[in-house]
Amino acid sequence: MTLAEAALPRPATRTVTPRVRWGRVLVYGALLLFAAFYLMPVYVLVVNGLKSFREVSLSRMWALPADLSVDSFAAAYARLRPNVLNSVRLVVPATVLAAVVGSLNGYVLAHWKFRGADLLFPLLLFGMFIPYQSVLIPLVQFLQWAGQTLGVQLYGTIAGLVLVHVVYGIPITTLIFRNYYATIPADLVEAARIDGAGFAGIYRHVVLPLSAPALVVVAIWEFTAVWNEFLFAVTITSHPARQPVTVALQNLAGSQIVEWNVQMAGALLAALPTLLVYIFLGRFFLRGLLAGALKG
Amino acid sequence: MSRARDRLPAVLVLAPSVLAVGVFVYGFIGWTAYVSLSGWTSFVPDLSFVGLRNYAELFRTFRFQADLRNTVVFTLSFLAACLVLGFLLAVLLDQRVRGEAVFRNVFLFPMSISFIVTGVVWQWLLNPSTGINLLLDHVGLGALRSPWYTEPRIAIFSVVLAATWQLSGFTMAMYLAGLRGIPEELLEAARVDGASEWALYRYVVVPLLAPVTLSAVIVLGHISLKIFDLVFAMTGSGPAFSTDVPGVFMFETTFRGNRFAEGAAIAIVMLLLVAVLIVPYLWFTTRQEART
Repeated sequence: MTLAEAALPRPATRTVTPRVRWGRVLVYGALLLFAAFYLMPVYVLVVNGLKSFREVSLSRMWALPADLSVDSFAAAYARLRPNVLNSVRLVVPATVLAAVVGSLNGYVLAHWKFRGADLLFPLLLFGMFIPYQSVLIPLVQFLQWAGQTLGVQLYGTIAGLVLVHVVYGIPITTLIFRNYYATIPADLVEAARIDGAGFAGIYRHVVLPLSAPALVVVAIWEFTAVWNEFLFAVTITSHPARQPVTVALQNLAGSQIVEWNVQMAGALLAALPTLLVYIFLGRFFLRGLLAGALKG
Repeated sequence: MSRARDRLPAVLVLAPSVLAVGVFVYGFIGWTAYVSLSGWTSFVPDLSFVGLRNYAELFRTFRFQADLRNTVVFTLSFLAACLVLGFLLAVLLDQRVRGEAVFRNVFLFPMSISFIVTGVVWQWLLNPSTGINLLLDHVGLGALRSPWYTEPRIAIFSVVLAATWQLSGFTMAMYLAGLRGIPEELLEAARVDGASEWALYRYVVVPLLAPVTLSAVIVLGHISLKIFDLVFAMTGSGPAFSTDVPGVFMFETTFRGNRFAEGAAIAIVMLLLVAVLIVPYLWFTTRQEART
């Protein structure tokens, strides 16, 4: 049983005795209280984002808006729009490339076992746990060098960030695909081989058509991770027009002249894409998270 | 059937990734380690070898000592909060509640959000003159007002609160999956033997969930040892470096102060902290998998 299946509710077998009725009140009371805690920041973001500039005041932070207005969102969007577009230009190619690379690697590691693979795999996986500070200085030097020597502008550009995310995404995408492909029976692969299919043929006709579930998990994982990432983004892109939305939001929040309700509306805008992905594809999102604990 | 003919494409497909990780992870770590032993402390690269001098100086500075203390306090309290809260939420959700999926999603959604967003929002929520303090006033609990991140002695716990809000859903999901994996017959047998609900959880459920606890400690522990974005967006270094962490110190030293050798030394200390937690875990899990 996978963890994702295990998280489904178990069928009712216990009968509820009247003795524990007040216990139910306690259970629901506690759950509602905790739900209020988790939703509190969302409430503040939405309520204040919907107030008109006239109505916004820190002392009325918790009050509902008297009349609805999207002024704050409009102001935040006007400021963050170029950076949201940068994030889209970053996330789409990074996710696609990371998925392609991860799928091919996973296929090799799951079905073309070679000597040394047992040693190589943990060495590969270590790359997803490192603090990226420990590669940041050489990374910046490398990207600058590539611009000066090879003429490929990677430092300060979205293309450079795409490359960085694809490379440092290799461990987790390879892990997810490898664990998933390991569940494809070896007999199936062997049968295709007897039918004359080679390395590419087996991938194309057997493995790839079965890849959808792992592909969704990897795509959602990469989309969320790259959209939310900050350290690489702030180090590699210094020009405000080239920065992804997380860096722009951080600058917006640190600004003394931008009203706080605009900061809050900006925070909600920056969170919206991954939030929507979570709302509609949440169960796949959870599988990606659990893969982080090395379990597929 | 000859498989040898297909070995070559397999190796060729994997080679670029192995090369990339070899250079970008191991090569770059090696270079960072070398920089940390050099005299590169200005905008002009200076790669003369100075031995462990940067480390010796680092461990003598007040700021780095505060960083290490903060990292220990942050990691321990954040882990404790996530484990306790996550377990409690999982047990509550396992009581066959109506709307379980809704509650589960409410507890989990903060995980999909950027640490930067969380930092920006919680900075306002824990602003002493507004936010949660104001809410406490409104509901007549004004006595519970707190100076939050403006008071050096408790500032770090404000960041712990925000981090727990964001990541406790993860432990909830893991514990819930673990609870659902425990066979109902086992619990029934213990009940027949006269075990109270408390004893059931204390002596049967919690020990059975030990592997889940270990996974959660590894995943959340390595996140908290290298925490950067949340602190950077929410409080920065804080009053008297009370919320400063190595990640923030490294970033400011290197990319704001141009003291590259010191920044590299901080990065290597961070790497060693994470490696102490991760390497045994990786070694053990991949060994175990190879045997099965």
